[in-house]
Amino acid sequence: MPMTSTRPPATVTVRGLTKSYADRQVLRGIDLDIPAGSVLALLGPNGAGKTTTVQILSSLVAADSGTARLAGHDLTREPDAVRGLIGVTGQFAAVDNLLSAEENLMLMADLHHLPRHEGRRRTAGLLDRFDLAEAARRPAATYSGGMRRKLDLAMTLVGDPRVIFLDEPTTGLDPRSRRTMWEIIRSLVADDGVTVLLTTQYLEEADRLADRVAVLDGGRIVAEGTAEELKRLVPGGHIALRFTDAAALDLAAACFPDPRRDDGELTLQIPSDGTVPTLRAVLDLLDGAGVTPAALSQHSPDLDDVFLTLTGHRRQETHR
Amino acid sequence: MSSVGHAARDSVTLFRRNLKRAIRYPSVVITIVLMPVLFLLLFTYAFGGALGAGIGAPGSGSGSPGDGTYIDYVAPGIILMTVATGCVGSALSVCMDVTEGIVNRFRTLPISRASFLTGHVLGNLVQTILGTAAVTAVALAVGFRPNATPVEWLAALGLLSFLALALAWLSAGMGLAAKTVESASNLPMPITFLPFLGSAVVPTESMPSWLRRFAEHQPFTPLNETLRGLLTGTGIGHDGWVSLAWCTGIGLTGYLWARARFRRSTHP
Repeated sequence: MPMTSTRPPATVTVRGLTKSYADRQVLRGIDLDIPAGSVLALLGPNGAGKTTTVQILSSLVAADSGTARLAGHDLTREPDAVRGLIGVTGQFAAVDNLLSAEENLMLMADLHHLPRHEGRRRTAGLLDRFDLAEAARRPAATYSGGMRRKLDLAMTLVGDPRVIFLDEPTTGLDPRSRRTMWEIIRSLVADDGVTVLLTTQYLEEADRLADRVAVLDGGRIVAEGTAEELKRLVPGGHIALRFTDAAALDLAAACFPDPRRDDGELTLQIPSDGTVPTLRAVLDLLDGAGVTPAALSQHSPDLDDVFLTLTGHRRQETHR
Repeated sequence: MSSVGHAARDSVTLFRRNLKRAIRYPSVVITIVLMPVLFLLLFTYAFGGALGAGIGAPGSGSGSPGDGTYIDYVAPGIILMTVATGCVGSALSVCMDVTEGIVNRFRTLPISRASFLTGHVLGNLVQTILGTAAVTAVALAVGFRPNATPVEWLAALGLLSFLALALAWLSAGMGLAAKTVESASNLPMPITFLPFLGSAVVPTESMPSWLRRFAEHQPFTPLNETLRGLLTGTGIGHDGWVSLAWCTGIGLTGYLWARARFRRSTHP
């Protein structure tokens, strides 16, 4: 049950945002443009400055320099107008553990100065939409991680925000809860017309949810574009072959002009455009040399490759 | 936007939330009541005889054990201690909100900046007053016989509420300064024991001179003398005004400190 908003969608424009803590420069000039009703994923490793960006844009922390406008309101000059437009869901569910879901939502309604009946209406609608109606009267302390995150997001929605900041919305969730969360985020954009800035270190998440992806590394945006555009920035895909012994690896390697070989792993990577004729050609060459790989896999470029190419280092966490 | 109206409304909303939390998680109130009651029983039944005899308890020439007079001396001190203990709740509830991250949710709402702390302070105030009433009831049950008039009772309530409010603000600042909930419960501890280093248990005249100097110049001694005077009719002198001055000073310092701490990391 989407809450159709009467307020127009909002754009977010950020220019030259910088922030230092003590002698550590966390943000070195961030520019962002998020069109109304779209999702921008801010992708980066731990310590890249994702959370700081969200904290600044959600009026929790003051930037050292730079400007941000949300739906035309200047963040520094009109913080309360901005607060009236935004919703924030942080990395850790900010719910009151001693209150039930219903009470948490009503608390938000009261803090948004909604009339009692309107507060009740929105609470009931959100409990229903987020599948929390059954647990609505239990204290939030008894909820699972996924339920708490849903309640957290529901609390964010009570005020009918036009811009939502989601700081690592699925970190620590099990795969099923993660999928539920993705569906909810998609519906925010599709049904509510909300503008979303989401941070993530999961490339899959950015790929699936975002209209545009900005890669943040060391406090700078190192690339920005659609997921497809970013994927084009990196060398193409490849076919990975694994062999049982070094002799077979040698024989196979001799078939290709420029293979990338790993003698320890006994693997060979052959550049590929991912099409069937290329695959067939590779297999024909191997047949001709009389070697059969123990395993074969096709690898198309994903945002992981983009990330590795652009930032020159691996993410701290391995890809799930 | 009528900002005063909104600030009041938001404070009341958060105050109601904190009361709801206190009912669900009553261990703070129980601690507030339990400790002073234990001390009360200890001082009345275990040490009361010796202490009463030692100080020549007021209201009796001899202060002989068991005649119920030492309790008249110590009960106001124990009641005061309840107020001093009660303020821990403010540091705890503020710090819990900060460490659990819900404070950031409140900060990103278009609500008045002060309402978060005001809600906690008022919630703590109500808990402390209820706790103090409970301890007073126990004191009456075990033999405390005040001779206060209704006006004096009201004055005592007013004084204790003022102190509780002042300490709640100071404690709220401590809750913001603390990094963990454990340290938030420890920081206000010295306040809890200050009454003992005053005239709560024995008159300051009986103390060694160095301790006596401290005891006579710390806030809880004039507060104790004022409360004892209001409830049992001993002399108050200028201690009443000194007490009010201390409460004003503590409250103002606590309020300004807590507010500054809360604003420090917030957007201007």
